[in-house]
Amino acid sequence: MIDKFKSRKRTEKIFRAACFGLTFFSVLILVVLLFHITMTGHKYLSWEFLTNWPSRFPHKAGIKAGIWGTIWLISITACISIPIGVLSALFLEEYKIRGKLGKVIEINVANLAGVPSIVYGLLGLTIFVRYCGFDRSLLSGAMTLSLLIMPVIIVSSREAIKAVPDAIRFGAYALGASKYQVVFGHVLPIALPGILTGVILALSRAIGETAPLIIIGALTYISYTPESVMDEFTVLPLQIYNWASRPNEEFHYLAAGGIIVLLAVMMSMNFIAVMIRQRASKKVKL
Amino acid sequence: MKNVFLIISLMLAVDSFAASKMKGKVSIDGSSTVFPITEAVAEEFRAEYPRVRVNIGVSGTGGGFKKFTTGEIDINNASRSIKDKEIEKAKENKIDYAIIAVAYDGITVVINNKNTWAKNMTKNDLRRLWDAGSKIKTWKQLNPAWPDRKIKLYGPGTDSGTFDYFTKAINGKSGKCRFDFMKSEDDNVLVSGVAGDIDAIGFFGYAYYKENKTKLQAVAIDGVAPDMKTINNGNYKPLSRPIFIYVNKASYKRAEVKAFVDFYINKASSLVSEVGYVPLTDELYKEQFKKF
Repeated sequence: MIDKFKSRKRTEKIFRAACFGLTFFSVLILVVLLFHITMTGHKYLSWEFLTNWPSRFPHKAGIKAGIWGTIWLISITACISIPIGVLSALFLEEYKIRGKLGKVIEINVANLAGVPSIVYGLLGLTIFVRYCGFDRSLLSGAMTLSLLIMPVIIVSSREAIKAVPDAIRFGAYALGASKYQVVFGHVLPIALPGILTGVILALSRAIGETAPLIIIGALTYISYTPESVMDEFTVLPLQIYNWASRPNEEFHYLAAGGIIVLLAVMMSMNFIAVMIRQRASKKVKL
Repeated sequence: MKNVFLIISLMLAVDSFAASKMKGKVSIDGSSTVFPITEAVAEEFRAEYPRVRVNIGVSGTGGGFKKFTTGEIDINNASRSIKDKEIEKAKENKIDYAIIAVAYDGITVVINNKNTWAKNMTKNDLRRLWDAGSKIKTWKQLNPAWPDRKIKLYGPGTDSGTFDYFTKAINGKSGKCRFDFMKSEDDNVLVSGVAGDIDAIGFFGYAYYKENKTKLQAVAIDGVAPDMKTINNGNYKPLSRPIFIYVNKASYKRAEVKAFVDFYINKASSLVSEVGYVPLTDELYKEQFKKF
């Protein structure tokens, strides 16, 4: 009996050590990466770097066009993809479609989440750029990225909505609430923290995408910031990619500087989302 | 006399005033090889025409031609000539264009710094090494005096204009090549690959060699090493090639596109060498104006 107890404890210890080790390992990789990037790129971080246009001289080149392009693009993408994604998830979960159609939609959404991003680029080029005539504008780019991340938002939102206990719904119904009141007054606020986690992951993916944007014709050199959704644009990852592949080695350091900026933009975006999430989860206590 | 000066200076003032007032948009796309030149021109152009919006994408020569032949862009940066299929497409869409040569590039064959034997190769050596179905595995098979070790081959991706040109010049047909070599779309990967392996040989654009002269050495072909002079006067054979911009003639009628293209040709000579390419002669640049 005691022997069994001991071996159980041993297994417990080994398991714990393994979990700790693997977590530590993944964090270590991130730290090494950040350290390396900061060491190579920090010298090029300056106010000029943030406010200059691209240039053939490494010391004059800046990333202003990329920063503004990324901010515009991600904001529009969020405006398009979050409402559509969350409402689709609500529809699929709360207003369940029975039978084959529901199954077909479900399988389709799950499959869409696994389609390579370049395919979305081709789709965006044919539909938004050419057919709708949006040209190589922010709108085309944002719509393409929205298609790309919508499945992720839908799948994660559905999981969050599923996790809301039925007792809440039944309680509301028992008090005479309509479906709309149940969904928007009770289910959505409770599911919100989970939904936001999915949204953060999805937008973080969108912010680093290059392939579909190259296909739809996002630019590499541009010396003005967008003024409307119909303007051309470039984004940080494209600028970084261009610098990293240039012959002059100094541009490679600039690329590292660009990566730091990209990380900063992404982290501040995530920070805002985490703040919203925390406020949302404080309000709702089960 | 004073009046003449006054008039001239007034004219100049009006001219630069007109330049700073000019508005409009010039859309450019195409090759990553030509991009640094066009970027440099756009940067200088902005100083004189601050209100003209010039934008440049990099979707490759082929990707650029797709947009150029449908009239979506005004100018395509091209590291190779337009292909028959693309010409047909342009005709279909009634796109008339001018081909402007802007610089030379010398595709450079590079070897490791420690390589002491292959500093000079003949065109035939290269062909025997790179041709489709080549059986050459070691340096010794190429030349009995060379070491009996395995050759490691590096080259750009098969979609690139550089690969097209190299295979055409060396093997006689664009795309005809052995395929058991390390490929990368990113030339910097090729640079570090060859720099780190004594038995490596690879090829890419001259600009990448020029920036990495300390890490690599260039192979002289039939006794001629690539440099600014030999590429410019054509002695570096057969791997020096012109690179182009294709200009839509209908777009050229727009003031801002005309201003940009004229500026490009006028300033190319100095800007081209600044970014690591070889300029044409001044007469040749002047001739480009006749193409419109």
